[in-house]
Order: sequence, then C-alpha cells, then structure tokens
Amino acid sequence: MRQEAGLNVSRVGGRRGEAWKEWRRGFPLYLMILPGLLFFLIFRYIPMGGILIAFQDFNPFGGFFKSEWVGFAHFARLFGEPDFWSLLRNTMVLSALNLFLFFPAPILIAVVLNEVRRQWFRKVVQTVIYMPHFLSWVVVVGITVILFSTQEGAVNKALVNSGMSPLEVMTDPDFFRWTYLIQNIWKEAGWNAIIFLAALASINPTLYEAAVVDGANRWRQIWHVTLPALRSVIIILFILRLGHVMDIGFEHIYLMQNSLNLSVSDVFDTYVYRTGVLQGEFSYTTAVGLFKSCVGLVLIILANKLSKKFGEEGVY
Amino acid sequence: MRTKYDLRGKDPLFTGIVYLILIAALVCLLFPFLYVVSSSFATEHEILNRGFFLLPKEWTIEAYGYLLSNANFLGAFENSVVITVCGTAINIVLTSLMAYGLSKTWLKGRRLLNFLVLFTMIFSGGIIPTYLVIRELGLINSYWALYLNMAIAPFNLIVMRSFFQSIPNELEEAARIDGCSELRLFLRIIIPLSMPSIATFTLFYAVFNWNTYFYAILFINDSADWPLQVYLRQMLVVSSSGMEAESGDFRYTPAVKMAAVIITALPLLVVYPFLQKHFNKGMMLGSVKG
Repeated sequence: MRQEAGLNVSRVGGRRGEAWKEWRRGFPLYLMILPGLLFFLIFRYIPMGGILIAFQDFNPFGGFFKSEWVGFAHFARLFGEPDFWSLLRNTMVLSALNLFLFFPAPILIAVVLNEVRRQWFRKVVQTVIYMPHFLSWVVVVGITVILFSTQEGAVNKALVNSGMSPLEVMTDPDFFRWTYLIQNIWKEAGWNAIIFLAALASINPTLYEAAVVDGANRWRQIWHVTLPALRSVIIILFILRLGHVMDIGFEHIYLMQNSLNLSVSDVFDTYVYRTGVLQGEFSYTTAVGLFKSCVGLVLIILANKLSKKFGEEGVY
Repeated sequence: MRTKYDLRGKDPLFTGIVYLILIAALVCLLFPFLYVVSSSFATEHEILNRGFFLLPKEWTIEAYGYLLSNANFLGAFENSVVITVCGTAINIVLTSLMAYGLSKTWLKGRRLLNFLVLFTMIFSGGIIPTYLVIRELGLINSYWALYLNMAIAPFNLIVMRSFFQSIPNELEEAARIDGCSELRLFLRIIIPLSMPSIATFTLFYAVFNWNTYFYAILFINDSADWPLQVYLRQMLVVSSSGMEAESGDFRYTPAVKMAAVIITALPLLVVYPFLQKHFNKGMMLGSVKG
C-alpha cells in the first residue's frame, strides 16, 4: 500500500480517494512538522496576539481578560514623551553608522582576500577573521573594558604612563557611537564577508583573462570584473539591512550602556527592557515595542519593493 | 578552475597593498585578544604597573587555578554546558524535522506553513508579550524558557529546507520502493547525507546558546542558575565600577577577570575551525529560495 502511494498518486482512485491518499502519504510529514509548528504558534503567534495589551491598561493580577481597554492612550504617551525623539534619533544614528560604515567593510575584506594568491595565507586570514564572530558580546564588551576602562584599562594606563590623558571610552558619550561601530566591525565584518566570498568563488576565471587581454591592470580588473560580480549580492544585502534599521543589536548596546552615556545609547529595545520588565509597565512598553515592530515591517515591505525595482529578486 | 592568478598580471604595488591591508586586519583582530590571553598569565603586580604588553615577564597560572577551584564559577560553567547541550539538541531536532517536512513540495498546506515561518522573521510581538507568555506558562526561572522560546531560528530552518530540497528525489523513490517508511527514510538516508549541513547548524545553534546573555537575564532570576555569560558580566562589571561593597562580593584581580574571559570564549574557538569549510556552502544555500 505505502510503496504504491509513494510512487504515483494520480493514477489511483477518484478525486476523493486521491485527496485521502495524499493526506495519508503526508501524515508522517505533518507529524514531523507538528513540534515546530507548535513552537511557532505558542512562542511567536500568541505573543503577536499579545500586542493587544498595548491598547489596554494591563493588570498583571487580573490578566488579559480583566484589563481595561484604553485605546491609543499609550501611543499618545509615547509620542508625547521627550524620550521618544531621543530614542528615535539614537536608533537612526546607530543604524546609519551600520548602513554606511559597517556595510562596506565585509565587501572590502572579500575583495582584498580574493586577490591573494597564496592559499595558505588566505586560509589563515579567513580563520582569524571569523574568530570574533564566535565570541559573545559579553566577552567583546569585556575585552573593551579591559583595554579602555579609565582607571584600569591597559591602553589608558599606557597613555597615562607616557604622560597623556586617558581616553574615557566607556563613560564619555562622545565615544559611544564610534566604539559601537568599531566593535561591530571587529566582531562581525569578517564573518559577513563569507557571503561575498561565496559570490566571488563563482566568478568564471575567463572573465579575468578577457580583461587582461583588453589591457586591464589589477585595479581595473577589480572595478570591471570583481565588483560587477558582487553587484546583486550587495544590492540585496543592503536592502535587507535597510529593512532591519530598527534592529541594532540589543545585547551589544545594553552591555555598553551605563548611566553616563544613556543620552546617546538608549534605543527602543533597551528602553522597553528597563521600563517594561524592570519597572513593570507592561502595556506602555508593549506599545513601544509594537511601534518599533510596525516601523520595521513597513521598512521591510518597502525594501522588498525597492529590490524588485532594481531588477533583483525580492528578498522574500 | 581557480589559481589562474598568474595570468592576471603582476603588480608589486598592488600585491603589497593587498597584503598590507590583510596583515593590518589580522593585527587589529588578534591584538586585543592576545593581550587578554597573555595578561591572564601575568602576575597582578605586572598588570597593575606595566601598561601594555604582549609577553609577561613572569608567567603564572594562578588566575586559572583560582577560577577552577571557585565553586560559583564552575557552577556557572556547568549551567552553560547544560543549556548549550540541551538547547542545541532541541534546536537541531525541531529544526531538521520541520525543515524536512516543509521540503516536500507536494505537501498540502506547505505554502501556508512557509508563510507562517517567514512572517515571524519580519514581525514579532516584541519583548514584553513574549515575556508575559513565558511567565503565564510558569517557565520563569526554568531553562525550558530558554530552550523553548528560541527553539527554531527561522533563517536556519529555511536554509536547511533548501538543503533538503536539493537532495535528488530518485534516492527517496528507490528507498520507498524498498519499503522504507518516511521516518526511516529520514533517519537512515536523509540525515546521514546531510551531516555536514547538520554539523554546521549545530555549531550555529551552539554558538547562540553558549553566548546567550539577554534571554538569561530576562528569564532566569536565580543567580545559582545563571549561565557563564551572566556570571562573567557580573565579574567584570562588579569589580570595575566600585560596586563590590554593596554586592558583598570581593574584588577580582585583573588576571582572574582575563582568565574568565578566556575560559568563556575558549570552547567555541576550539571547535569552529573544524567546521569552517562548511560555512561557505551553508551560506550559499541560503541564497537559494524554495
């Protein structure tokens, strides 16, 4: 029976029998999907329904069904809050740093690495540049503290010993954004080069040969062969990042944050965590989170449209 | 096919710049890390008095000895091992089962299920509703909150699904003719064929689980249950911001902090080079859509 069902369904039985056979054949597969499906429903879709409490005055003791509905009151509060503009500005500035200064770094690494002739050197470089990706943000921020804390940091001690004043990397708000960017590049630029390297591996070498015949030196080969080969990956990834402007790495920012740099380091996620989880303002912060998610959703849909306009496949 | 570089012409200036950029990158990447490694072997006197150095004058493993005899640190390490092993096992089982199911293009309802997965990548309920659901389920302070809340990463699921789709159909047909059931087919044929891909995703999930900090502080309140990352953070912050008095902790010496950083980072750094050759492939498949 089973073997037959696996072979050719359309031959056997009428339309109802056919549908039944298909369900039967699919049954073990549905069983395999079920645990995962339950995960998505319980831990992703129920919380999505939970955003309704953004329109309530959620009472933790009464629960969802006994809480009072307040309409858009929490959103009104959010937009009226002076913090809101600072949250938005901080998010946008950090995102802009990521988009325009972090984004080119992996491309540069991939292009340069592609020019290396010695395989062993290439291997060594690849292994080393992937390394920081496997460190946690706790470790990366920890290393930063070890090197740059004002009193004990090794770099600062060296500076003080040689008669210069220490850099207040961890506490001076002016340093925060650049430190954030440099840590990001340090940790993830090498890892993000993988996808560009994969695209470069598929370049047909005859393209380079043709370029040489046409008299192109190594620089012109990069310009006329390497970069065009990366074009569509670059466009897709850039647009994808555009869609994730609101996601700028909660753990990273939270770990770098302290009371001294809060004016530049506070973003929506950290604000939600502080006010929501630690101070228990569930409804208001759900509204903040919903605002963030909606902006993200709109950006992703726009980004996808944009990608199709560029003649690329959509991202989804 | 590759290494036709000779044909691309020689240009010493160009080659020089290429190597210069890469060596500069290597130095920038390794320097901070090497400093932490080497000073974890240095004496406290040297760390406090000598500014910046890469080779200690006097070597000692005191810091490691201290940590390895510290019950709290070992407890946190053990918690992290438990979380990583159990969490990753749940991740990989759930992800591969679901990915395999969704890889069958003839399956009814597949489009809807795919959409359900994809939608969670572009929209979410946010931190608070998720936290409340976990709380309602009574999972606060339980590792099940960590395991279940992050059971499947949709991106990994989609990449794995494309991988399963790339396995030739004939193989399955042949197995079915031999009377192989769907589950047996999956366990005996598909899984062995997919080992490189499964190993890569096991590593990715293990990295996530080992490094997780935020979800641990969100869901786990009891300090005895904290994973290593949270404990390490506590060690680093408590002893560098003068909070030790109020927390009742004593002051960790700089070498101990650095040794703790190294021990926390080490397990993953030891493993990833062995799986490195699969990364490229995995990422390539990511661009294939199903």
